[in-house]
Amino acid sequence: MTTSTYHLRCRECGKTWGNQPRSICEDCFSPLEVTYDYDSIRPLVSRELFASRAPNLWRYRELLPLPAGCQPSLPTGFTPLLKAPQLGERIGSCNLYLKNDAVCLPTLSFKDRVVAVALANARHFGFDTVACSSTGNLANAVAAQAAREGFKAWIFIPSDLEPAKILGTQVFGAQLVRINGNYDQVNRLCSQIADEHRWGFVNVNLRPYYAEGSKTVGFEIAEQLGWRLPDNVVVPMAGGSLITKIKKAFDELIQLGLVDPKPVKFFGAQATGCSPISTAVKQYCKEIEPQRPATIARSLAIGNPADGHYAVKAITSSGGWSEDVSDTEVVASIQLLAESEGIFTETAGGVTVGTARKLIRQDRILPEETTVLCITGNGLKTTDVLAGKYETETPIAPKLREFEALLESKLSGAFAGETPALPVSGDTPVFPAEVL
Amino acid sequence: MSITVQIPTALRRLTAGTPRITCAASNLPELFSVLDTQFPDLKPHLRDEAGQTRRFLNVYVNEEDIRFLGGNTYAFQDGDEVLLVPSIAGGAR
Repeated sequence: MTTSTYHLRCRECGKTWGNQPRSICEDCFSPLEVTYDYDSIRPLVSRELFASRAPNLWRYRELLPLPAGCQPSLPTGFTPLLKAPQLGERIGSCNLYLKNDAVCLPTLSFKDRVVAVALANARHFGFDTVACSSTGNLANAVAAQAAREGFKAWIFIPSDLEPAKILGTQVFGAQLVRINGNYDQVNRLCSQIADEHRWGFVNVNLRPYYAEGSKTVGFEIAEQLGWRLPDNVVVPMAGGSLITKIKKAFDELIQLGLVDPKPVKFFGAQATGCSPISTAVKQYCKEIEPQRPATIARSLAIGNPADGHYAVKAITSSGGWSEDVSDTEVVASIQLLAESEGIFTETAGGVTVGTARKLIRQDRILPEETTVLCITGNGLKTTDVLAGKYETETPIAPKLREFEALLESKLSGAFAGETPALPVSGDTPVFPAEVL
Repeated sequence: MSITVQIPTALRRLTAGTPRITCAASNLPELFSVLDTQFPDLKPHLRDEAGQTRRFLNVYVNEEDIRFLGGNTYAFQDGDEVLLVPSIAGGAR
């Protein structure tokens, strides 16, 4: 593959910029995006070719911006697409799937995908230092892959991130800079730093390349459904990039003749405490009004989403919708997913599951339709939100007699003859009983 | 009263390399008018046809997004530091 199959192009004025570490058009200051020469790619790709390759995101390399000679070795991506009948029964869908990036390698979130593509380009552009502003998952992904690829890493985060995400960055030897401010302030600072230092900021000057990595979620969903597209996709939104890139992935597969054309509805999920994109969709507004984030879903806490405008466009043009859920619903939805399907997701996954349930109740998603929920992160990183949700069991002696007594008390107690308290959280039944 | 306006690298091509100016604008529309006059090349990148700040241009006052301070109605205070940042700008040099 040569670099001639892709280049940067302004999303607004259309001017092309070749390939360079740049995220905005110097003529009109609009964002740049990677575009491809699909005519030259079409004869090179087929379902069989992709399927014959190793199960990781590099199997779609013709559709990624990879520099000539690039031989990526990290087997990231190709996470499971799981049918979710139990969760479906709980929330009212009989054709529900989970794209489970809670087990994406190496750092258990979909950000491993974007960083893999970004670092391939960072190397090509000659950076020895990579950096990012992050709400946590990106920090982990950049730190881990920088360690493996031999880059120095500088990671900028809001100071109030979850401890597991901080530790999960430091352990890789990255320089961590905690900022007294929210993500939007961190991001603004990083754009200033990127102006002063010749570093590869994965989500600033490498952003067009980085963002392309998200397309692999869409490629995988299509391939794992047997090379067909779903009816609906529910995607959590922070900066708003992922949802637009899954749409781009589906559009590319259609354009290349790899799947049959089909309208797919895109649904965006946010936490109510930080919902600038869903608010715009619900108000039929094209522009984003920034918000000050106040939610436990810190990985989604971006009040001024860089791709918000394009996310709104992707959602509304597809006939989809956007909703948001309270922090209480987020926690209950984490528990619901765990208890019904055995998947422990972080707060963003709770947002997605809670929002999907809401959309089904609104009849925006119909029960028989094929619906995919994007679970983008792992619950082990945000265990703090479950603090106090479970009792610490009193230990018993290692004696059968004591266990039998415990069993009897459990069976005769609140749990007798009942399924677990799904998905009621604490004393407040979050979801009405008829749905359960 | 005077305020300082920082111009990021990405925009300096349109300001003949000027990295910052000081002026006495009392609010954002006035500041844009000052910039329009001083840097005619910059003018089309600040406001759209409806006079609103362009979608991909963020304006900060002392590290705070001006939209949280009232946007066009915010009255600049003496010594305010104003920063113009194209959305996700940076690098490329």
